[in-house]
Amino acid sequence: MSSFRSTPDRKRLLGAGLTLVLLAQVTLPGLASEDEEKVAHVISRLSFGAKPGEIEAVEKEGIENYIRRQLHPDSQPLPADLEKLGQLDALAKDPVYLFLNYGKPAIKALAKSNGQGDKDDKEAKKIIGETYRRMYQEAALARVRRAVESPRELQEVMTDFWFNHFNISQEKGLDHVWIGSYEERAIRPYALGRFRDMLGATAHHAGMLFYLDNWQNTAASYKEERVTPAFAARFNKDQEAKLPARRNRFQGINENYARELMELHTLGVDGGYSQKDVQELARVLTGLGLPKGAGGGRGLGGPSGQEQMMFTQNQGAGAGVGTRRRGIRGAIIREYGGAETIVGNRELGYYFDPSRHDQGEKVLLGKVIKAEGEAEIEKVLDLLARHPSTARHISFKLAQYFVADKPPQTLVDKLSKSFSESDGDIPTVLNTLFHASEFYDKNYRGKKFKSPYRYVISSLRATDSRVEDVKPLLNFLKQTGQPLYQCLTPDGYKNTKEAWLNPDNLINRLNYATVLGTSRYPGITTRVKDPSQVADACTTDLSAATVSAVKQAPSQLKAALVLGSPEFMMY
Amino acid sequence: MKRREFLKAAGLATLAGVLPGWDNSFGISAFALNERKAQDDHKLVVVFLRGALDGLSVLVPYDDARYYSVRPKIAIPKPGQEGGAIKLDGSFALHPNLAPLMPYWQNKTLSFVVNSGSPDPTRSHFDAQDYMESGMPGNKVVSTGWLNRVLKELPNNGSPVRALNVGATTPRILQGPIACATYAPTAKNRMNAMESPYIARAFEKMYSGRTDDLGVAFAEGMEARATINEKLSDQMTAADQGALQANKFSGFGRQVGRLIKEEPKIQVAFVDLGGFDTHVNQGASKGQLANNLNVVGKGLSELISSLGNTYEKTLIMVMSEFGRTVKENGNGGTDHGHGNFIWLLGGNVDGGKLHGNWSGLNDRALYEGRDLPVLTDFRSVLTDGISQHLGLSAKQTDAIFPGYSRKGAPLKVLKG
Repeated sequence: MSSFRSTPDRKRLLGAGLTLVLLAQVTLPGLASEDEEKVAHVISRLSFGAKPGEIEAVEKEGIENYIRRQLHPDSQPLPADLEKLGQLDALAKDPVYLFLNYGKPAIKALAKSNGQGDKDDKEAKKIIGETYRRMYQEAALARVRRAVESPRELQEVMTDFWFNHFNISQEKGLDHVWIGSYEERAIRPYALGRFRDMLGATAHHAGMLFYLDNWQNTAASYKEERVTPAFAARFNKDQEAKLPARRNRFQGINENYARELMELHTLGVDGGYSQKDVQELARVLTGLGLPKGAGGGRGLGGPSGQEQMMFTQNQGAGAGVGTRRRGIRGAIIREYGGAETIVGNRELGYYFDPSRHDQGEKVLLGKVIKAEGEAEIEKVLDLLARHPSTARHISFKLAQYFVADKPPQTLVDKLSKSFSESDGDIPTVLNTLFHASEFYDKNYRGKKFKSPYRYVISSLRATDSRVEDVKPLLNFLKQTGQPLYQCLTPDGYKNTKEAWLNPDNLINRLNYATVLGTSRYPGITTRVKDPSQVADACTTDLSAATVSAVKQAPSQLKAALVLGSPEFMMY
Repeated sequence: MKRREFLKAAGLATLAGVLPGWDNSFGISAFALNERKAQDDHKLVVVFLRGALDGLSVLVPYDDARYYSVRPKIAIPKPGQEGGAIKLDGSFALHPNLAPLMPYWQNKTLSFVVNSGSPDPTRSHFDAQDYMESGMPGNKVVSTGWLNRVLKELPNNGSPVRALNVGATTPRILQGPIACATYAPTAKNRMNAMESPYIARAFEKMYSGRTDDLGVAFAEGMEARATINEKLSDQMTAADQGALQANKFSGFGRQVGRLIKEEPKIQVAFVDLGGFDTHVNQGASKGQLANNLNVVGKGLSELISSLGNTYEKTLIMVMSEFGRTVKENGNGGTDHGHGNFIWLLGGNVDGGKLHGNWSGLNDRALYEGRDLPVLTDFRSVLTDGISQHLGLSAKQTDAIFPGYSRKGAPLKVLKG
């Protein structure tokens, strides 16, 4: 098979345009620079795919420098407009702020004070829908634009990896407003940091507490303090009628988070824990929930908690009234409620309620966890993060993600060792990975099949595209079965060929490639249209059949064919 | 007989002649194979409800006071009460939102296998789904799904749509050597450049010479799309405005039923639905689970009505990876459990009654004191149901579920 990349003076020819290259006899023997192939491979795995000219640039820079730069994202300045993305509310604001300003109750209160919603809450539903969409699109736009444009390529790759590892779904209740904050506060800062720190941040972020129900996890012995008549009397009649029907939401253990914390986040399903361990860990985690509103409120989450928060807001001096005229559609509804209304940690949006915590001693994985309240949680997170099963579990996932669907055990062992020895320092583990012989093994190069997300991002990088409107792209990701931020189940998306290669999905990609490659994709500005430049960003060698098909195609279709080529599906 | 089938049969004959002992040791199987020729006009539809459906909200043991005492918030009221379940017999009643399925109970083509499920004790969704789809509980190495292995045993009619999968990705159950047509819900504004022969030909040049999985996927994808586009007539697409929502079974029901009816080469179909992991606020006659059951009930009844006469030759199995705790938890929900019910629908189902043995709800009868025990291995429902429905020999069902042998008498879930 003759290879595009193996033409010795490929770069010069590329400069002259693809047509010229393709007219030339591309049958020269494999005199390819070994380095160039290696560089292309390294970029293909450390990033979401090369940009035009990037392979050549890194060849000059040297692989070692490139790896070092990628492992230390802060060493690379961000372009100003990417930096600005971080200021979008969905990303920048803390969970409490997001709840108070974009949560359902805030908007319901607003719709109500607008004179609507008493009889039918159509208006409120409409505003909620629009607000949720805005939160989603802000988070998604930032994610996609950074993935396409940021020089911190590995950080973007690892953000995707870890988000998926600690998956939450935007489609569940309050996570509609917390999805961007979750990634920005619990995942991204630690994507190239310490595993234990990320584990702690995800455990405490409102997004995870809500998604896996731990906010309701309560000691079996707990008796909830009911809303007293005195408390109810503080509200006017109308509101009183809406008081929650005395439903007690905190009535016992909820195992959901405890189970996934061991099965998915740390030890792995075969990591050597039992159903008893799940129950014990759930006991340790009792009381770790969402911030609490003033006046005996029961937290942000869930209808009763939400109602409570709404009351808290309305209670404030003319609350809502002064701001309700400030526009509905996503404008700031109300300034932050102030410290006296909220109990808990605002940065991540959690509150540890000692009264709901199981005060007994626990035994987890054979270790006695003495009763000491909130400190128990840190102890078990330490225990789980340092457990050898966790090192193996994470190492397997990294090896599968970066090297091969069925990664060599030798590599998994090397990474496990590195993980344990560095106490879960992610850059150290990745550095081991990027210098392992297995990583460079030719049998593994170009053999990974791109997931739909990777395919989309790599195509946008290869065409140096700028995403202005993320909606059409989100629709495509949904069609391909990998909707962004919407993996319903906590195990996240798979990253194997087996999971993603199927006939219908492939044809879908070709449809997409045609639209993007002909610069007609809605919401996207394609800055590189020259097919030879697009081909230059393909990190796997184009086959003779591809080269010949591109050669014969009408010029407006050439770039589309490169993007839809079998080689562009791989990395 | 088609050429391929002929060749297959011829190959078998040669083998029998060459291998000594073949005739003797497999005499009975060979006979069974001849007699029960695989029936390629019979269809199998599998509906997988992901997230562990709460079976006790579907099939309500209304006669058992314990059901109401351990589920104060989420029990479905007795038949006759407001929001009450629909009476099936003296002990069980159906969730009110599954009312669209009642005609099939009445015409005796709907049944449930009680206390069924996977014998593996895992309470991990992902492992349990994996096992139920591979058909080999406890085995993490096997890479094929049992529905794919079913296809392998059925006559190869050469069509790219022998297996129809609704969704964007190939589920575990259909993974394996036989390709399936993945029929993604048609979204609005779906791109269709590849329907232009001009564009398709350009791409074909890159893919047609390849014999690897990408080449195969391309060829099958193009062919399957052509077939499906042809079978889904214009009026049909117009009625749905070309927009089927993912996870909305209603609509799928009609389309899938229609496709199976119109395209005789479809042998198996698979649909999965998520959203059944009701740890919190499960609801009862109304609420979260009730809404989902509404979609399932409506979708299944639409599937059946669009199948028309083909329903007579179709077996529909509805399953979930495991059941949920018998007692409700502190959050008005239920946690991961063990045994569940398998639903069966089809012209040949011995319905209007329940199959399997009912454990009751007493603590002592429960698995680990909290869940319904599994008294019928899901594989026996499959082997007995499938083998009879699709006319497969014992040897063939053994190949589909290797290493499994039923304990006890066969489960007779089909008529005849």
